[in-house]
Formats: sequence, structure tokens, C-alpha cells
Amino acid sequence: VNEREKILARIREALTKPAPRTLHSIGSLPKADNGASLHFGARQWLPSVGEAFEQRLDLFRKNLADLKGNFSLVESREELVAQLAALRDAEEWTKIATHSGELTNEIGRELHLPVFQTNRCYDARELESCSVGITQCDALIAQTGSVLVTSRSAGGRALSVFPPHHVILARRSQLLSDLPGAFDFLKSTYAPNYPSFISFITGPSRTGDIERILVLGAHGPKKLTVFCF
Amino acid sequence: MNGPATEFKVRAGQLTADLRHRQIIQTALGKYETVRDRTKSSFQDWAGAREAASKIKWEAVNHLDEYLLEFVGKLEARGTKVHWASTGTQAREIILSILKDKKAKCIVKSKAMTSEEIHLNEALAHAGFEVVESDLGEFIVQLRKEVPYHIVFPAMHLVRGEISELFVRELGSAPTQSPEELTMIARRVLRQKYVNADVGFTGANFAVAETGMISITENEGNARLTAALPKTMVTLMGIEKVVPRLEDLALFLPMLATMGTGQSLTCYNSLYGGPRQPDEPDGPEEYHVILLDNRRTELLADAEQRDSLHCIRCGACLNVCPIFKNVGGHTYGTTYSGPIGSVLTPHLRGLQEWKHLSFASSLCGACTETCPVKINLHHHLLHNRRNSTRQKPGVFEKLAFRAFAAVINRPWAYALCKKAGRFLQKLHPLIKGSPLDPARSWTRTRELPPIASQTFKEYWHKRQSGLK
Repeated sequence: VNEREKILARIREALTKPAPRTLHSIGSLPKADNGASLHFGARQWLPSVGEAFEQRLDLFRKNLADLKGNFSLVESREELVAQLAALRDAEEWTKIATHSGELTNEIGRELHLPVFQTNRCYDARELESCSVGITQCDALIAQTGSVLVTSRSAGGRALSVFPPHHVILARRSQLLSDLPGAFDFLKSTYAPNYPSFISFITGPSRTGDIERILVLGAHGPKKLTVFCF
Repeated sequence: MNGPATEFKVRAGQLTADLRHRQIIQTALGKYETVRDRTKSSFQDWAGAREAASKIKWEAVNHLDEYLLEFVGKLEARGTKVHWASTGTQAREIILSILKDKKAKCIVKSKAMTSEEIHLNEALAHAGFEVVESDLGEFIVQLRKEVPYHIVFPAMHLVRGEISELFVRELGSAPTQSPEELTMIARRVLRQKYVNADVGFTGANFAVAETGMISITENEGNARLTAALPKTMVTLMGIEKVVPRLEDLALFLPMLATMGTGQSLTCYNSLYGGPRQPDEPDGPEEYHVILLDNRRTELLADAEQRDSLHCIRCGACLNVCPIFKNVGGHTYGTTYSGPIGSVLTPHLRGLQEWKHLSFASSLCGACTETCPVKINLHHHLLHNRRNSTRQKPGVFEKLAFRAFAAVINRPWAYALCKKAGRFLQKLHPLIKGSPLDPARSWTRTRELPPIASQTFKEYWHKRQSGLK
């Protein structure tokens, strides 16, 4: 508490002298000193996104493909299960990690695989033995090709990052256009009781730390697949 | 001349002549520039975004006490323990006492420049803890017992062969020339660390006052695992990281990615608002956030340079800096290198000892032009120069300017010097580049242009008399 008061006192002392209004900073000065002029939407500056659902869908698909993620628009639960079964066979899944949710509850039975659920406290070693993490999400974001997850919507913090393949099951209605929209969504859905973890996942895990050459699956999933239905 | 300045000069001289090093850096930065420009051009209005980002930071930094208290209040309300540290020593002590309290042995770390700033790894290793850097670049430089080369690309100065040799030596892996295989070697080693570590340590890119959350930007997933699996999580952040509202991130996250790596958004942008909540299955049982001052309030008190606290550590100014590109990151001998490092370090570590960084600049202004939060970087280099000279005037410069003034105010003296110059330059080859040469720092590696054989005045006189 002592250091806290000392630091705050130093800050207040420092701020008694106003920052100079130079030619360089003039455009950066808030008009009113109470932050009132800061209530703007970032939408006007960020990359543009079309209004129609088809435009959002195309942009999301394109962005995710650029990020080397996979996207599949399915018409029915049967089609989803068939595509998941194809992935299961191709990648030789042995065990699925998932969480309880409207879209994920039946997945183990449908794929005839043992299921590990991260609904309560669990052992990370058991999660590590799973071939795939299948989660729901809060939203898909067309502007960046991102998947928005929280600890409440996607089975905690680790399920969507620890297994080598992350599969997301989403509804078409969850496709939002842009980042400002995603933050509006977070506020209207959760405020003031936010989950302790919120993440924008933009493609499979990656690194460019060796000679700026892209490698997927640095620490998180090597593959990311989004099913939208 | 003092220690850091001499070292800087020596290393800069060596690296500037190292063509291989230059090639590596230029290749890496060339790739960066291409993607950065592509992503930047996808914005509807980059200039507007910059203006807005700068405004938001202005607001936050100039009301720092209010926003910090809001941030801390929200964070504490959800069970996070907040600590305040005036100095690096205090921050290290707080972290050590948390580790001892938890009887921790192994700490897994995601990338945090603040921890470099307070030399945390050395302190922890000294106290007998095992510390593992989990970001691939940081992991590599940690194995090499080096500091990060660049705030965003820590291992930018290395090629795959060197990394392979390092892994063979330190990890006993098989040699390989494939970046993918090298990454997988590190992945295998580090996976076990996340599961076994007692404490996960992170930095912070932003702190949201409105909701009491810290925001971490990364690509690899190492920060997410660090924040998910260990039982205790510790975040060390500078007090200037705060932004007022949650939606401010809608602007800052894509801008940080664009300028940092050229991506439209990095792979993971995560917000942490506390330890595991009762309805959640995982996450740390305890969450500690340490707010670090470490002379940031002194910089805040320098109203002229206050905007350098807007910095979001994207590294864009390093990437465009002709000095950085030539001398490289390690030459600076500082935590933060490049233009922002040259501005910050004199405040963080002492003006007289680190002023040379502000003089090592061509003042081209590329840094100021690229900065996404509009820090007036190259003018701050000038401010540092002015402040350092005001504090401690240079005797030689004073004498030189006095002599210059004496000559330039007397036409006969000026004329004499011009004649003498022409004559003396003929003798110059005798001492060229030697310690006797007054122009040595130039002539050691370059030629001086010859002084014209006649002055314009002489030429004009001749011409006029010829016409008559």
C-alpha cells in the first residue's frame, strides 16, 4: 500500500505540468479534457467489411484460408459429422477433448470415440493425450478471420490451445463483421461479469522466429478447422 | 569517454563492417516491410487510425493515476492480487517472495520486455529457480545466454544453422536445416515445461481500465499455455500500459499486429481478468499483477517527452531505422533498442551515460513517421541532446564554435583560412586516417572531397576583368 501511494503521488506530481501542445501533437489532442471526444468507433478506419451475410462469409473464408486455417460451411448435422469422421480417419484421432455445450455434447457418440471433457478441474496430462480439441465459440469475425472464445464458451483456457488440432463448431448467426462489433458483443453478453479469459484466435499457432520463415504449430495447434452451420 | 558510449562505438564499428550480419537483418526486415505495407493498405484510413490511437494514449497517459486506480480496483474485485513496485529491485523481491510462498521450483515465462528491464532471469536463477523462456525466439537467445536482439524478433540475428548447432549442443537434438523441425524440437521440450511448471510468468501489452483486464498479444500460443496450466500466474507490467476502454483494443490490437509483424491480427490476442473463477474448469488459482514504475514517473514528469510513454512496443521504429539496420540490436547494450530505446534509456538509466544513443542518429525521422501512436521520436533525440549539453556543456565544442565565430566575423581571417585550407589539403595524405588527422573519423574509411582550386569570389573577379 505504501509503494502504491508513493507511485500515485509521483504520477500526480508529474502531471501537474501539462504536456506541451506542439505542432506534432496537435492532431492528437483530445478536444475536451474529460475524454468525451474519445467516444468514436474504430470501424471507420479499420479494413472494410461488407454488410451482407454472404460478403462476411466470403471474407471470413478468404481470411482464414490466408491464415492456413480450414473452413467448412455445412448444411446439416449429418454433413458435419461426416466431415468430422473424415478428419478422424485421416488424422487417426484416438480421443476427443471437448466441453459440454449445445453443439459439442453428442460429438463423441457420433464419432465413436472416447471423450474427455474439460467441464470441471482436470489433469493437463490427460488433455495432452487427446488428438483434437473440439469447442464452441462466442463469435467468428470476418474482418480478421478470427474466432472469439472465452473460458465460458470454449471449455476453459487450455482446451482450445493444447491439443494439436482445434476444431470449432459455430452457428451462422455467430458470424460478426468486425472487431468493434466483437467488442460490442463481449460487452452486451458479459458485462460486468466477464469470463476470466477471452481470446481472439486468428489461425493456427505460428512462429516466424527462425529467419522470419512461417512455421505452424509453434506451441498451440498446428491445425485449425472451423465448421459453420 | 565513459563505458557504454565506448562499447557502443566499438561494437557499432565492428557490426557495420560485418556484411553477413547486415545481409541477415536486411533479408528479415525486407520481408517485414512487404507484409506491413500490404496490411497497412487494407485499412480504410491508416492516418485516421494513428491519430485516434495517439489520442487514446494521450488521454490514458495524461490521466494515468485515475485510469490505474480504475484498472486496479476492477482487477482486485475479481480476486487478483496487485503489487506496486517503484524499482526493479522491489519488483524482483515481490516476485521472489511469491515464488518462495508457493514453494515453486520451475517458472515458465512468456515474452516480457519488462522482465528484461529488471534482469529477472538472472535474479531467479541466482536464487535457485529454474526459469524457462517459452517464446521460441526468447528460448533460443536464453540458450545462447544472450539478451533479445529485437523487442519483437528476439533471434532475428541468427540463421537456422546456428540455431541447429545450438540445439545439438544444448538439447542433444539431431542437426537439421529445417526451420519447421527446429521449431518442433523446441515445442517438444517446452510442452513438458507448461505441465510441470509451478508458476507461469507473463508481460502485458495493454491493461484495460474499464474492465480490469490485461491483454497479451502473441503468435505461438506460449503465453496462452503459460496462463492456463500453472497453478500461479504472475504478470509484470509497466504502469503506462493502461488504456481507458475495452473497445480501444479494437483499434490497438490490429495496429500493433500491423506494425509489429505485418499481420492483420496476431494469432492470439488474449484478455485475462483474474484467476480461475468458480464456474471455470482451469486457469491459475492465484493471479498476481505487478505494476512497475522503474523511473517511468520521471519520464512522465518530463512533459516534453511524455508522449514516449504512449509506446506500445511494436518495434516498428527499430525496423525502419537506418542506425538499427546497420549496428544491430545488441550494439545498443540496452533493454529497448532502436529509436525508442535511444529516447527511453537516458530516462531509465541516466542521461550522461546513455546520451550517446541520441547522438547516434541521422535524424531522418523515419521512426516518427512510422510510429503508430505518433511519438515524436526524432525530436526527442534532439531534446536529449539539448538536455545533456545543457547539463554538461562540451568543452571542445564550445572552443570550436568560439574559433569558428572569430573567423567567420572577420573577412580577412576567413580569406586566410580558405587559402590555408587549399595548401594544407595537399599535405593531408601524409597524415590521412592517422591519429594526427583532425578529420580522422571521416577519412579513416572515406575520402575528403578536394577544396576547389579557386573560390567563387576569385572566379568572379577574373571573369569580370576578362570581360573588360
